[in-house]
Amino acid sequence: MTTPPIAGLLRELAPQVLGALVRRYGGFDTCEDAVQEALLAAATQWPVEGIPASPKGWLITTASRRRIELWRADTARQRREETVAALAPPDPDPAPAVDDSLTLLLLCCHPSLTAPSQVALTLRAVGGLTTAEIARAFLVPEATIAQRISRAKQRVKAAGAEFRLPGADRAERFAAVLQVLYLIFTEGHTVSSGAVVNRVELTAEAIRLVRQLRAELPEDGEVAGLLALMLLTEARRPARTRADGALVPLAEQDRRRWDAGAIAEGVELITTSLATTPVGPYQLQAAIAAVHAEAAKAEDTDWPQILTLYDLLRTVAPGPMVTLNRVVAVAMVRGPDLALAELADAERDPVLAKHYRLDAVRAHLLDQRGDREGAREHYLAAARRTLSIPERAYLESRAALLA
Amino acid sequence: MKYVVLIYGNPESRTAWAGMPEEQRAAGLAYYQQLNDDLDASGERVVSERLADVSLTKQVSVQNERTITTDGPFAEVKEFLAGFYLLDCESLDRAVEIAARIPEARFAKVEVRPVMGLHGDEM
Repeated sequence: MTTPPIAGLLRELAPQVLGALVRRYGGFDTCEDAVQEALLAAATQWPVEGIPASPKGWLITTASRRRIELWRADTARQRREETVAALAPPDPDPAPAVDDSLTLLLLCCHPSLTAPSQVALTLRAVGGLTTAEIARAFLVPEATIAQRISRAKQRVKAAGAEFRLPGADRAERFAAVLQVLYLIFTEGHTVSSGAVVNRVELTAEAIRLVRQLRAELPEDGEVAGLLALMLLTEARRPARTRADGALVPLAEQDRRRWDAGAIAEGVELITTSLATTPVGPYQLQAAIAAVHAEAAKAEDTDWPQILTLYDLLRTVAPGPMVTLNRVVAVAMVRGPDLALAELADAERDPVLAKHYRLDAVRAHLLDQRGDREGAREHYLAAARRTLSIPERAYLESRAALLA
Repeated sequence: MKYVVLIYGNPESRTAWAGMPEEQRAAGLAYYQQLNDDLDASGERVVSERLADVSLTKQVSVQNERTITTDGPFAEVKEFLAGFYLLDCESLDRAVEIAARIPEARFAKVEVRPVMGLHGDEM
């Protein structure tokens, strides 16, 4: 789904308008509600009345009025003195807009929030999506997302979070932002296309937000790495599902359907960033995606290089999925027997022992080794454990091929 | 992540409920209301319903393109579905924590099951 021009413009302006209001008046929660209402007003009025000469100014004025109305309606709140200054809408271009969206991102990914709340708040306050769009994207009722956002704002307020860049905990706070942006991406990437009509493309939104972040932090290797990872992963999207929604494994994808433009941009980004900045987990994952992308045929894949990258990734950012994916690379380089031995080691991790992917990988390795019965059994075990309908269908079809 | 919490009743739990003094029953309902309010405030309750008496069940089957319904069961069954929650929460642990707040977890049976989705990792 491509974004209509007005919706795209509104999403672009949303964090700038919100930043201007919060700077001027303070009170992130009320300002955020006011901006959301201004965006909704624009979405209904602009298509009829035309886009105003200064869209940003229009939104700031409308949101400022709504903020005062909300503020007045809020009788429970202690009445503070309204100064004349507080009534006048802020200058449309008071400070560089980019700084504001970074500060907003950090606020939305505040450590006092759970991951789903960080995601919902980021999409609304920084991404400029409506509550309804977020709800459709996550297949939950609008009221659920509305509650989640309003609760998240209360929490941010209660935690005493301020609208400024963090100090001592800077590295952790930035890491949380990247994680939330990646979560938004994977949410969009893993869902079957066409599953829901009028669904916002979360992958496109995530890429847009990372591009925005990169404009502010052009020297940051991990931001570049994350953008490259997203582009290289998204490039495979046209090939990773069949028309009926069935999953196509990487080795069987029609590589001519990969998006060459996205691959070129992703490869360029990761090559530059690996050469110039300290290495991090997103860069390593992007580098692995780039090696896959550079193979015209699955057989041409440079598995020894992939294994080296997984070895590094395991040192920099160990995790159960890294362990499993590395085992697959081990099988390609050193054969399934050694990989199965490593898998037996990996199984000692209680998180992995119960995970369907462990069975899926074991089935794949047994299949490579020619053990059809064992492979079938583990494909079926994996099919029983997955929470994904397309994955279950895929794993069952693999099992059926071995019957 | 979405989870369904299935709440089962049994003849004993129903008799116990029916035999409770009025205030105790009111307290029980207020307790549920509080649970729902809490879950609404956190945005974790998608929907929840209490089901009508098991004797009002219609069993439906289609045979030779004809829809056939039978009433019941009327006889005392060992356990029956009494209600459900559809939650959207962070993790299975959190769903279990919520399920443990359901009164039936103390004297009947409560189950938590993950809901399947359309997500699919690349293989």
